[in-house]
Amino acid sequence: MSVLVFVEGLNGEIKKSSLEAASYGSQVAQQLGTTATAVAIGEVHEDALAKLGEQGISKVLYDADDRLKQFVADAYVKVIAKAAQQESAKVLVFSNSNIGAAVGSKLAVRLNGSLATNVTTLPKTEGGSFVVTRGVFSGKAFADVALTSDVKIIAVKKNSFEVSSNGGANATVEKLSADLADADFAAAPKETVMQDTDGGVLLPEAEIVVSGGRGLKGPENWHLVEDLAKALGAATACSKPVSDLDWRPHHEHVGQTGITVSPNLYIAIGISGAIQHLAGVNSSKVIVVINKDPEAPFFKAADYGIVGDAFDVVPKLIEAARALDK
Amino acid sequence: MKILVCISNVPDTTSKINFTGDNKEFDKNGVQFVINPWDEYALTRAIELKEAKGGSVTVLNVGEADAEPNIRKALAIGADDAIRVNAHPKDAFFVAQQIAAIAKENNYDMILMGKESIDYNGFQVHNMVGEMLGIPSVTPAFKLDMVDDSTARLEREIEGGKEVVEVKLPFVASAQQPMSEPRIPNMRGIMTARTKPLAVKEPVGAEVKAEYVGYSKPEKKGGVKMIDPENAGELITLLRNEAKVL
Repeated sequence: MSVLVFVEGLNGEIKKSSLEAASYGSQVAQQLGTTATAVAIGEVHEDALAKLGEQGISKVLYDADDRLKQFVADAYVKVIAKAAQQESAKVLVFSNSNIGAAVGSKLAVRLNGSLATNVTTLPKTEGGSFVVTRGVFSGKAFADVALTSDVKIIAVKKNSFEVSSNGGANATVEKLSADLADADFAAAPKETVMQDTDGGVLLPEAEIVVSGGRGLKGPENWHLVEDLAKALGAATACSKPVSDLDWRPHHEHVGQTGITVSPNLYIAIGISGAIQHLAGVNSSKVIVVINKDPEAPFFKAADYGIVGDAFDVVPKLIEAARALDK
Repeated sequence: MKILVCISNVPDTTSKINFTGDNKEFDKNGVQFVINPWDEYALTRAIELKEAKGGSVTVLNVGEADAEPNIRKALAIGADDAIRVNAHPKDAFFVAQQIAAIAKENNYDMILMGKESIDYNGFQVHNMVGEMLGIPSVTPAFKLDMVDDSTARLEREIEGGKEVVEVKLPFVASAQQPMSEPRIPNMRGIMTARTKPLAVKEPVGAEVKAEYVGYSKPEKKGGVKMIDPENAGELITLLRNEAKVL
């Protein structure tokens, strides 16, 4: 038996969230006294795969089928199921991404396994049990879940686990072929459109997020958010009213019915901090709130606060951020 | 076109979350329950498709009798009939098995639901149902249109972009904004909802694979440190030297 980690690639490199999953997987393997194998699909450089040794991965199985460059759930499931069978994997680890959670859910059915998504801790394995903690109630609570099937599948919440780099030698990379048929690609996307981030950072992967609310008064003032984000190497986000007003696209909406983020630093500008917004950000490690209303509820959830007008305060922050040596 | 929309009954987004019984159970005391907001996007889009193309919309809830007011609300918004599988929704796998069992009996053209529930945040059930039924599951979708009578075109979110997917009926999809603009039931809808059929079925036997053994709440913050707005640049220094996040 072993632990199997699915790693996702982006532009030939391995996504940070997948490096977190690999670090998680190799620690679970250590706990269970076994080894961790990774399975990679699509377009990833072979040297990037070998470097997974740094995260404690000893072997990487790689299916380079050209058709797998884009995400097709049924085909991905087939490849990972084959890797799981070959490795007699009892624990499968994914990043809790749209791809990882989707493939994990389908594998839970196919392998008759127990699944936990949005997982924030290593398993507790005393006395033969297998209990993980996962985020529930949209960031307002955590639940301990016992996974009772023989096969356990875990999707690790992004940014809740450090990327380790204390592993050892390069991982060995082996080819894997799952003999995919045309039928496995029946639901293949016709078209993939990537956002133009203008050299910026994608929100779900970001370690720093700068977010704007209605206090910015209109989309024409968003350069304040964007310039501060650029100076800090951050992604931009917004509150629900802002996306409802179409000032910003929906994929930037952070909150209970938008996306949940857990960056190291979340800077909220002109956001009052409704309970639904807090739910989407309260697992951020450090929260900064800038609001001209000293009674804004967000200050209660903040680590640092500035009571002031965004139009006065933010330019000063941009200037100070630009002056930092990187 | 026959559409099945799965809804869950969840605490209102403004709810304070507490636990009872040695932190082993969610405390429903004083909590207002609503249709899961993500499911509302699926429900409204299903009703819009029915209005444009004809057919029927059935809502399905796996839950106990206290979910019925919100099932009636879905009927008031415009669904034609409803099914409640009379069981506590123990875990995602259990719920998916109930949905798959109902779907096998009824040959729906599409099965829609929200991308996740705002209480358990699983993002699991739709993909499990697709796998159990051997049909595609497109998740999370923010646009859904019919190309012709047998093909749907969906746009789904991926990290950092979107994909356009065309699938043959039947399929499963999960919804997120801006798939539709959720509706508020009108008086006529509320009146007719009272007499629309709501069937109660017993669950199919299904094992629980993820057992919820306890809950906890995030640690409270230590308090906020205020910075003089005149000296706002000081914040950046603190973030680097004190918080060590820059």
